[in-house]
Amino acid sequence: MTSSRIWSWVAFGLGVAYFLLPLVGMFEFSLRARRGEYSFDAYASVLGDPQFRTTFAYSVTMALVTILLGVLIVLPTAFWVRLRMPRLRPLVEFITLLPLVIPVVVIAFGYIRLYNTSSILPLTGSVMGTNVLLALGYASLSLPYMYRAIDTGLRTIDVPTLTEAAQSLGAGWATILGRVILPNVLGAVLSGAFLTFAIVLGEYVFAALLNRPAFGPYMVWISGNRAYEPAALAVIAFAITWACMGLISLVSRTQKHTRARS
Amino acid sequence: MTSRVRPGPGGADPHVDGAVRAPRSSRRDLRPALNWLGIAPFLIFALLFLLLPTLNIVLGAFRSPEGGMTLDHVAKLFAPSILKAFWTSIRISLFSALLGGLLGFLIALAMTHGGLPRAVRDPLLTFSGVASNFAGVPLAFAFIATLGRLGFVTVLLRDWLGFNLYATGFNLLSFWGLVLVYLYFQIPLAVLIITPALDGLRREWREAAEILGATGAQYWRMVALPILTPAFLGTIALLFANAFGAVATAIALTGSSLSIAPIILFAQIRGDVLQDPSLGYAIAFGMIAVTGIANIIYIVLRTRAERWIK
Repeated sequence: MTSSRIWSWVAFGLGVAYFLLPLVGMFEFSLRARRGEYSFDAYASVLGDPQFRTTFAYSVTMALVTILLGVLIVLPTAFWVRLRMPRLRPLVEFITLLPLVIPVVVIAFGYIRLYNTSSILPLTGSVMGTNVLLALGYASLSLPYMYRAIDTGLRTIDVPTLTEAAQSLGAGWATILGRVILPNVLGAVLSGAFLTFAIVLGEYVFAALLNRPAFGPYMVWISGNRAYEPAALAVIAFAITWACMGLISLVSRTQKHTRARS
Repeated sequence: MTSRVRPGPGGADPHVDGAVRAPRSSRRDLRPALNWLGIAPFLIFALLFLLLPTLNIVLGAFRSPEGGMTLDHVAKLFAPSILKAFWTSIRISLFSALLGGLLGFLIALAMTHGGLPRAVRDPLLTFSGVASNFAGVPLAFAFIATLGRLGFVTVLLRDWLGFNLYATGFNLLSFWGLVLVYLYFQIPLAVLIITPALDGLRREWREAAEILGATGAQYWRMVALPILTPAFLGTIALLFANAFGAVATAIALTGSSLSIAPIILFAQIRGDVLQDPSLGYAIAFGMIAVTGIANIIYIVLRTRAERWIK
């Protein structure tokens, strides 16, 4: 037991070094903008860049739209599959996992071919149409995370009983979903939402290929033009990812507490 | 994650299935059309934005400009430069998947059964969640800032130990450099997927094995590993697909200097006018074929690994 514990600590130590050094390196590099001393100049320059603000705002908006779309598509589906069509669960799960198997470049290529200006649904023909297409693409990328999160949430509640109780009180489907099911799985929905937020914010391939001014392409663009700003951006992106994950574990912890108390 | 898709071994027996389900489903099928209506929005969405775009690429790879069938596009995959790019991609994905899966497995093992204190576990899992999603452009920047020519570690090694990392032939913008960077999101992903499987190993099994006189090594070789094999294979398959499709990290790291399949496809599409539209179709089809074949291999291995669970 002792020797296995030593090996566990050795493995743990190496893991910590491998995972922490790039973060330390990135942070240290981002402070080097002023010659000879550490400073936050790179951050000031990034935050003062109007292009940073517009691309960041664009990606945040996109992320929020994507989350809304994702919840609207996944919550009713996961609910319905649990309630009425449990036999279809393997199929639905399989479809939601496809974005992890099909390379994103290929999906993006498919969009450009399928929704170009000479097609039946020429989404790429206008700016708004491309934005819609991008949000729908992001929603499909978020499917694996959203579906898993929400389906896990639904597993912890008694869906048929809640539905029948609501129905016997005269509730329609929209009321059942919005006012009975959603509040009960809010923690799960939020987990999926934060994860989606983190993914959409840094996404590069879709945005670059559909030519939208998102945060991901901006980061690549700046890496070709500046030295220290990219590291500052990476620190900011990492902080956002970390915040999203922290919020997820916070939400799941408070959920556990409220359930334990009731 | 992929492991959840396949029906369990019990569901594979049609006799058992039919006997149990027949009476129930006849009652449920009273309103079948209405039931399908409930998941119609999802199916339409998946069809329009996931299945049809992919199908369009697959068909496009076999469609001649005149509208007939042709193998000319796919034949372009066998040009030496394209073949080499695919081979590099496959090797990078395979190495990062195997190494990532193995190291992730060891870390998860240390965490669940290796006697690491409980206080390590939650932060480690949260960090895995962060790191597995810290892919793409920022990750490339982090590694350039650490192991690039002026990176943090490179400079430390040079100034403190007088060790010139780049004199050893190390280069971040190379095959192994890319594998090293990919591991940063592959290992945590493996930890996240394997941990539940390791948690599922019951203490009773180990005790039963020990009572029967098994050593620790025998327990792992003959009890625990066979149980874990399907989950492990699933993890490797997912990590492979994950690395194979990763474009953003590679582009931010190497520009487009390293020739791997997704970067070539990306450059093809980006070059506004496709220099050769049929080549784009062919590469995209090739990528689908590779991930498809990887998944078939996974399913076959998994079925063989699960054969004894009856």
